Amino acid sequence: MIQIFRKEFAGFLDSLIAYIVIGIFLTVTGLLIWVFPETSVLAYGYAGMETLFNFAPYVFMFLIPAITMRMFAEERKTGTMELLLTKPITDWGLILGKYSAGLLLVAFTLIPTGIYYYSIYQLGNPPGNLDSAGIAGSYIGLFMLAAVFTAIGLFSSSLSENQIVAFIIGVFACFITFTGFSSLAGLDIWGDAALTLEKLGILYHYNALSKGLLDSRDLLYFVSSTAFFLLFTRLTLKSRTW
Amino acid sequence: MSVQVHELVKTYGQQHAVDHVSFEVPKGEILGFLGPNGAGKSTTMKIITGYLSASSGEVLVNDIPVSQDSLAVRRMIGYLPEHNPLYLEMYVREYLAFAGRLYGLKGKKLRQQVEAMIELCGLQREQHKKIGALSKGYRQRVGLAQALIHDPSVLILDEPTTGLDPNQIVEIRQVIRSISEEKTVIFSTHIMQEVQALCDRALIINRGKMVAYDTVESLLSAQDEQQVIHAEFSAPIDNALLSALPGIVRVEEKAPLRYAIHCEGQQDCRAEVFHFAVSQQVALLGMQQEQSSLENIFQQLTTGQKQREGEQA
Repeated sequence: MIQIFRKEFAGFLDSLIAYIVIGIFLTVTGLLIWVFPETSVLAYGYAGMETLFNFAPYVFMFLIPAITMRMFAEERKTGTMELLLTKPITDWGLILGKYSAGLLLVAFTLIPTGIYYYSIYQLGNPPGNLDSAGIAGSYIGLFMLAAVFTAIGLFSSSLSENQIVAFIIGVFACFITFTGFSSLAGLDIWGDAALTLEKLGILYHYNALSKGLLDSRDLLYFVSSTAFFLLFTRLTLKSRTW
Repeated sequence: MSVQVHELVKTYGQQHAVDHVSFEVPKGEILGFLGPNGAGKSTTMKIITGYLSASSGEVLVNDIPVSQDSLAVRRMIGYLPEHNPLYLEMYVREYLAFAGRLYGLKGKKLRQQVEAMIELCGLQREQHKKIGALSKGYRQRVGLAQALIHDPSVLILDEPTTGLDPNQIVEIRQVIRSISEEKTVIFSTHIMQEVQALCDRALIINRGKMVAYDTVESLLSAQDEQQVIHAEFSAPIDNALLSALPGIVRVEEKAPLRYAIHCEGQQDCRAEVFHFAVSQQVALLGMQQEQSSLENIFQQLTTGQKQREGEQA
């Protein structure tokens, strides 16, 4: 697993993917928080980081499938998959190696946003007048969301040899799991089932965490949906032997 | 026995890609795997390496069944897949080190092995390049180097010499021969001379079925039952007169003035044919003894079966 992780992460650094992903993420969120008047915290008047946490999932929705789309699709297209799968590594070693490399890159994009926190902390009147607990919860929520998105992206990459197909399936699946369920639950046909349906989506649990309250049920949701998509990834890998 | 394949079957839907193939390769032997395209060579190799699973039958590598302990088997096998997939964006050394680490090599041992492989496969001049910048022949050597990096006891090479120029083919063959002493090698090809030059045994399969499996010598000698001489004369000759000569079974006119002369047993009738030409006062323009080669055997075995099947249908 560790060898696959090293190879994938070195691949990010060598191919500029890492720098582009981090750069784009910070540019987009930076513009939203500090520059664009509709969303800027300076124009809003309250010291808070809601802008980041509201928009970051949508940025990740595109960036994460872009990071993961090549992971299995390219290996299959070039035939190196056969090379890897005839080496003494388990399927799980392969999947988790790739998964952890993707997730670490996403974590690296989040770390520099600490500067936003520090700036807003200092800009408050008086300084330090912001909901630090809520922000910590939101960060955890955002990281967990990224963990699920990475698993979805990896799964969609394992479905196709074509990177563009993998990307589009990945974006779509991220979108559905993020807001699809709560939007569907808004339809007036579910009755009592509406809340259950909403709980299937990420948004419900993401909002719950952003209140600064770490509920084990929300964490369990994120962990189990990550495991769910990784399991399906393993299933598609295994399908070659059927 | 270091590789045993027993009654291997692989079906895709209705199609039998591999149909009851059995063979054994003892340690230190080179097995040539022959067959027309789509005969099931690659599928068999993929099953031995654990990439695909068999529909039925069993593969044992050093007495370990692939279906039960695939990881242990993969540790003992070095595999060069068909088309030689490589990470083109990696450097040669980086890639060999990556392959070595996947086999659990590390530290000093890893560096030694990378060094040894670069030397064995003749990569010294190209060792600091990216794989994408290498020519096909050198890429093939990199593929061979990664298959050998962990000093495997069984080496499986799927068409290692396709697309190489004649010099490169000779070089790759030399590498294979030099390592084969303490290893078991299975390699597939459709170049017959390669099997004659390298292999102890040959296995010919066609449409998933085994059509021949024997040592190269006995495959060749089985073919030698009838000697054929191709002769060209300056004027037409009388077939009946020539056939009447001792030792000659029959004469066929292949083309105007060109004759195929079938001799009895292993006899060499070239002298008789020469004296015959002198006595008939025709000039003998050319004479050649047909080389019985694996090529003929291969053609007979693989196309003959097709014809028979066609007749049945």
